[in-house]
Order: sequence, then structure tokens, then C-alpha cells
Amino acid sequence: MRLLKLVPDDTNIDFMRWRNLALVLSIAFTLASLALVGLRGLNLGIDFVGGQMVRTTFAEPVDIEQLRGRIASLNVGEASIQAFGDDRTYQIRLPKPDGPEAAANKVVSKVRGLIQREYPTAKVAAGESVSGKVSEELATDGALAILFAMIGIAVYIWFRFEWQFGVGALVTLFHDVSMILGFFALTQFQVDLNIVAAFLAIVGYSLNDTVVIYDRIRENLRKFRKMAIIPLLNLSLNETLSRTLVTSLSIMLALAVLLVLGPDVIFGLTLSILIGTFIGTYSSIYISAPILVWLGVTPDSFVHDPDSAEAPQAA
Amino acid sequence: MLDFPRWKIWAVMLPILVGILLAIPSMMPASQAARLPGWMPDARINLGLDLAGGSHLLLEADLADAAKQRLQSMEDQVTTDLRRGDPRIDIGDVSTSGGRLSFMVRNPNQVDAAVERMRALTQPVGMTGSRDWDVRVVDSTRVELTSTSDGNERALKDAMTVARDVVRRRIDPQGTKEVTVINQGARRILVQVPGVEDPEALKSLIGQTARLEFKLVDLTADPALVAQGRAPAGSQVLPLVDGGAIAVSRRVMVSGDQLVDAKQAFDQDGQPVVTIKFNAAGARRFGRTTQENVNKPFAIILDDKVLSAPNITEPILGGSANISGSFTVETANQLAISLASGKLPVKLNVIEERTISAELGADSIRKGAIAAIVATIAVILFMVVTYGRFGVYATLALIVNALLILGVMAIFNATLTLPGIAGFVLTIGAAVDANVLINERIREEVRRGRKVLDAIETGYREASTAIFDANITNTIAAALLFYFGSGPIRGFAVVLLIGIITSVFTAVNFTRMLVSLWVRRSRPRQLHI
Repeated sequence: MRLLKLVPDDTNIDFMRWRNLALVLSIAFTLASLALVGLRGLNLGIDFVGGQMVRTTFAEPVDIEQLRGRIASLNVGEASIQAFGDDRTYQIRLPKPDGPEAAANKVVSKVRGLIQREYPTAKVAAGESVSGKVSEELATDGALAILFAMIGIAVYIWFRFEWQFGVGALVTLFHDVSMILGFFALTQFQVDLNIVAAFLAIVGYSLNDTVVIYDRIRENLRKFRKMAIIPLLNLSLNETLSRTLVTSLSIMLALAVLLVLGPDVIFGLTLSILIGTFIGTYSSIYISAPILVWLGVTPDSFVHDPDSAEAPQAA
Repeated sequence: MLDFPRWKIWAVMLPILVGILLAIPSMMPASQAARLPGWMPDARINLGLDLAGGSHLLLEADLADAAKQRLQSMEDQVTTDLRRGDPRIDIGDVSTSGGRLSFMVRNPNQVDAAVERMRALTQPVGMTGSRDWDVRVVDSTRVELTSTSDGNERALKDAMTVARDVVRRRIDPQGTKEVTVINQGARRILVQVPGVEDPEALKSLIGQTARLEFKLVDLTADPALVAQGRAPAGSQVLPLVDGGAIAVSRRVMVSGDQLVDAKQAFDQDGQPVVTIKFNAAGARRFGRTTQENVNKPFAIILDDKVLSAPNITEPILGGSANISGSFTVETANQLAISLASGKLPVKLNVIEERTISAELGADSIRKGAIAAIVATIAVILFMVVTYGRFGVYATLALIVNALLILGVMAIFNATLTLPGIAGFVLTIGAAVDANVLINERIREEVRRGRKVLDAIETGYREASTAIFDANITNTIAAALLFYFGSGPIRGFAVVLLIGIITSVFTAVNFTRMLVSLWVRRSRPRQLHI
């Protein structure tokens, strides 16, 4: 049996030739993403802004305007009704009511009661109510956790490699995170707590990819003391290209299957991880590597104490 | 490379076998898992509410109410102590306004004695020597007690511990359900009940403060004034549940604190009632008061609402009584549970509520499982097509890795949530990557003209640096996320932490064992990779 070789043995792509073009594109996309987030905003779920949500699956297609009218008659604020997955499942979202917390809890019950009364065949799949205080905490806690995790990683990479690599990993992460945020601003997919998990998975993957490429660059910097940095980066990227493709393709393959066959609840989650994998793969080639050139990494960077960075052997 | 001694094989295989054994109960339905032979492990992974369905409530103590209750109980203590103590100290003009308790000592000579007695009532808090109340004299005859912040903190901590137990008893009187009731932070309680799809009953059960009191009805009150909400001195106006209002004496005859049991029952007319049973002291007091007040009405008051005000037809000496008050069987049952579980020491507000129907959960799990199986097969095919024999080893490692993660999670009784699955996917990705790194490296070394053994040896050695660094980075990320994150972020981080360890173990050690056993057996002259 002949084995599949995605990358022929003698591949030598001049990745770094397009590094300036890639840089311009990356900056443009990053700025566009941030602008999108700023202008359109993210469709934050009740987890982060507080409010009430009732998700219902109706037995037959339902007249949305009629449903909206019925909810309006409850006097619980303006409802936003969104299709969720298919045309029978809808998410009814209500604003955070003013006044004491106790009032907030009644809203979901009222809507639930209304649905059971008016649409006896419908099933209320989920009901959530998050108070303003809790949602603020969830948002700040989540953001802080991600921030600290990013800083911790950068420090580790700085110790294991050189400071340029730590900065490179941070910039790469920043790029990936803004692109994902831009993706959510563009599609207006709802950002809830589960999406935070997707976010973490993307960051974890991108980081893994970056570290693997950095590892090879470090190895080559020690091996080829005389080689200029640009050809050395090209060599490292080409040597790891096969691994980059096999790994990202197998992950994307698995995610694509989940996207098509998996449950509707995780559609947004899976799609964002899939896109994130793609962005992460791109950025470890075109952000984390060229940034080393701009930060002035040379073969001498590792000369002063070559032994301190020796990895323990995983037997 | 050929040197893979027997002890090393055992060192690799033993944890794997144990892990798989531990994973088995979690992979079958609960009913089947229960029928496993006794020597099998029975710890299972719990499914989070987002997967299994159920209700999730986050309750927060109402601090204003907590302070009010604390002030009230101090007032009771103070008045009893000064009146009962020796010498008796007469006080008047007791006030609890502005969050302070203050009273006037009628005899100016007794002010110092009163302060002394008050100081004795306070408790030391913590190591700093501070006490829970500050006692001082204002305007020469007024004694004022102010709660210290240490005192508030201690009181809240105690109240939250009691509240947690009360909530648990209310939700799960028999202690048989799989409910989670835990304190979270200083003033919150997290409640998770799998399988409950309508949180309303749950909320009203938890929310009832259930402060039960028996007070005498003030028959001297002028009905016209009562209707305006005004009561004679020593009495108060309380609303009746059926509408209207009634004046009752401020003095509590007997309170619900002295109950030992409460049950839903039916009276002789077949109406649902709640039967209560007092402890010895409560029974004595109830007996004496009913004896002294035959043919007078007394009010049964729940949370400052009068349930009913029946006439005392005869002294009730047995220590048990029926509470009637237009109940349905369900409301009577709820009240019985609330009374039997004790009084909530502090009012709790629901600040977060999530309910997911089990059906949604089951459907998601079924679709997710199918998708996961298909995705696994797709990745396996891809691996085998790319790396041949080494691809087979890699997929064996992936499968073992997945089982090990489940096994380790089962030992810790961990909860699998949707974010946890995202963590699972990421570790599987990392495990794929580790194998790809090794196999690509071996390919490279073969291409450079190394011999079979040398290529494999170098491949594993060189790849391990990258695998090591990538996984340490992820470990740092996961650890920080676990430490700083909450709820779903933690669920993600836990699975990631477990997965990193098992995936390095399987992708490096397990495949290495498989490869060296194969090399030893068939001595290949060429590597087909």
C-alpha cells in the first residue's frame, strides 16, 4: 500500500517571501475584526448581559408575529425571538427587568406558562435567567482567566526560548483572539459561556501549533549557526509543513463531521473551533515566525547559554 | 530501541488496563452499570446539567434581611437577659432603627450594670480579639449595640452553613437524590437538581422562610382601626391569607423553632392539613398557653401572614397540633417539608436560574455520540492512510487515551459538561499532534538515510522536545484557567489537565512500546512510513 504524502519530500516553499504581504493582510484583518466588534458589537448571550431566555421546540411551524404579540401582552419587556437550529425551535429572549431580583425570576415562569397554555404541543427545552450581577461577574471572571492564562504562557515561552518567542506567541494569540471576535461580530452568533470554552480550545490549539514551530526554529538556530534568519525560518516551516498539514487536517476533518452530524446546540461552538483552527494554523506560519525576524532573532540568540534550554527527555 | 524490558511493558500496560476498567461503568447506562459484578469499579462520570437536563439555581443571601434578623434575635436576647437577670434592669424605648439596637435604662444607677451585662452577651470573633457587637453609652442613659463587621461576617458564615443544610433538607428530605447543594463564595449557594424540569416548585420550596409562630388574637382591638392598619399598644396588625387583616399580640406564644416534626395529613373533613409535633419545651409551653386561653382565638402565622385563627376549644397537651388554612395536598406537603427542615436563617434570592429539559440533553448526547464515532473513524482512516502501521499504532493510542480520560474522570467523580467535551476534543487534537510529530520525525530521519532502529530512536527523541513544550504550555493555561475561571471554564480546564497527562503517556510511551515490540518481533529492514 502506498502511503499518502500530503507534502512531497523535496518541498521548499519560500514562505517568508510573502511575509510583508501577509503582515499587511493580517493587520488589515485584525483591524477590521476589532472595528467590527466595535461597530456591530458582539451578540452577547444572557450569560454576559443578564436577562431571561426560554428555548422552545414547537410541534408545528409557528406564527412568530402572533407569538411576539402574546408575549408582549405579558408585559415583561420587548422579546427578541430567534430561530435556533431548525424552523421549529425558537429562542425567546427578554431583557433584564428593573427592580429587585425576585421580579426577574417570575418572567421565565410567566413565559413558560404562556407557552404551555397557548401551544400545548410545544416543549420548553430550556429556560434561563441570569441577574445583572451574576452576568457581570461571569464576564469579568472569564476575561481575567483568559488574560492570566495568556500571560502565564508567554512567560513560560520566554523562559524556555527567548523573549522574542514569548512576544511572538502573545502577538499570535492576540491576532487569533481578535479574528475570532471579529468572526462572532460578523456572524452575530450568540456569545455565551460555552463559546468561552470554544475560545479556550482555539487559543490552546494555536499555541500548540506555535510552540511546535518555535521548537523547530530553535533546533535549527542551534544546528545552523551560519544560516541567515530568513532561509532558516523557511527551512523550519518546510520541515514542519507536513506535520502542520496532517495535524490541522485531521482536526478539521473531525470538526467538520461534528458540524454536519452533531447536535444543534454545539453548531456555533464547533464552527468557531473549525474557523479558529484554520486561523491558528495560518498565524503560526505567518505571524509567529516572521515576528522573530522583526524582533531581531539571530542564531546568536541561543548561543550564550545553550544548555539551559535543553528539554528533559520524555522517555 | 529493542530494549523494552518486561517491567516497562507492565509499567505501561497496568495503568492502561486499570484506566479502561475504570472507564467501563461510565460507558453503559446506569441500570446496566448497577448489574456489574462486585469487583468492578462503580464510580461513574456525572453528566452536567447541560447534558443530562435539570435545574440549576444560584441563591444569594439577602444581606439586609440577614442584618435585620440578627438585630431581632439580639433584641430578644437583650430584653430577656435584662428582665430575667438578677438584679432585674428595667428598660424602655427599645429601638432597632438605623441598624442599631438601643434602649433606655430607666434607673440611671443601673447603666453601668446594663453595659456590663451587654458585654457578657457579646462573643469574641477570630484571633484579633474583636467582638461581634460594640456596646457603648449615648446620652448618659441610653445603651447602644452596633454590630461589628467581623461580627457580621461571622454571622453570615454561620447563617450560610445552616441555610445550605436547610436547603438540602427541603429539596431532598430523604437524602436519596443526586442533588448538589454547595456554598459558593461568602454569600451564595449553588443548587443543582438533575431531572427536575420545572424549577417553580423547587424555587417556592427553597424560598419559603417558613417562620411559624403562634400568637393570641387581640380581641380588644377596634375593627375599624385594624382595617386602617392600626393596632393597640402591644399588638400588631397582620394580613390574613384569605384577605383582610387581624390584630394579634406581639408576644410569641410558641414558635416553629420548637418543632420536631411536620407532616402533611387530612383532618376529619378530609381537608389537607399539616400536623406538627413540638419538642418537650415547646409542648409544655403550648399546653400551658392553650390551657390559660380556652375559648379565645389564637393566630397561626407563617412568614408574617395569618394562615388561620381558630378558637382554642380545649387545652392541647399532647404536644402536637394540626394547622389548617385552605391548603391543597401539594401546598400542605410543601409547608410540612419547609417546617420540618427548619427555618432559613436568612432570606435567599435566586440570582441565576437555568433549566434544561432532559429530552434536549438526551437528543444532544445521541447526536453527539454518533458524530463523535464518525469523526473518530474519519481520523483513524486518515492516520492509517498517511502512516500505515504507525497510523494504526497512533489510533490505538488515541482510543486508549479517550478511555483513560474517562477512567480518570470517573475516579474523581468528575462532571462532564459541554465545555468539558470541548476540552476533550482539544486533548484528542493534541494527542493526534503528538503522534504526527513523532511519525513525521521518523519519516524525516528515514529520508536522511538513517537505519530503521536509529530513525525510530531519533524520531522519538527529537519529537519529544516539541511535545513536551506544547503540553507544558497547555498545562500552564489549563491550571491558570482552573484557578481563575468559574463554572464552564473550570469544566474545560479539568478535562484538559487530565487529557494532557493521558495523551502524553499514550502518544509517547504506549506507541513506543507497540513499535518496539513490533521491531523486536519482525526485525524490519525498511520502514514503510
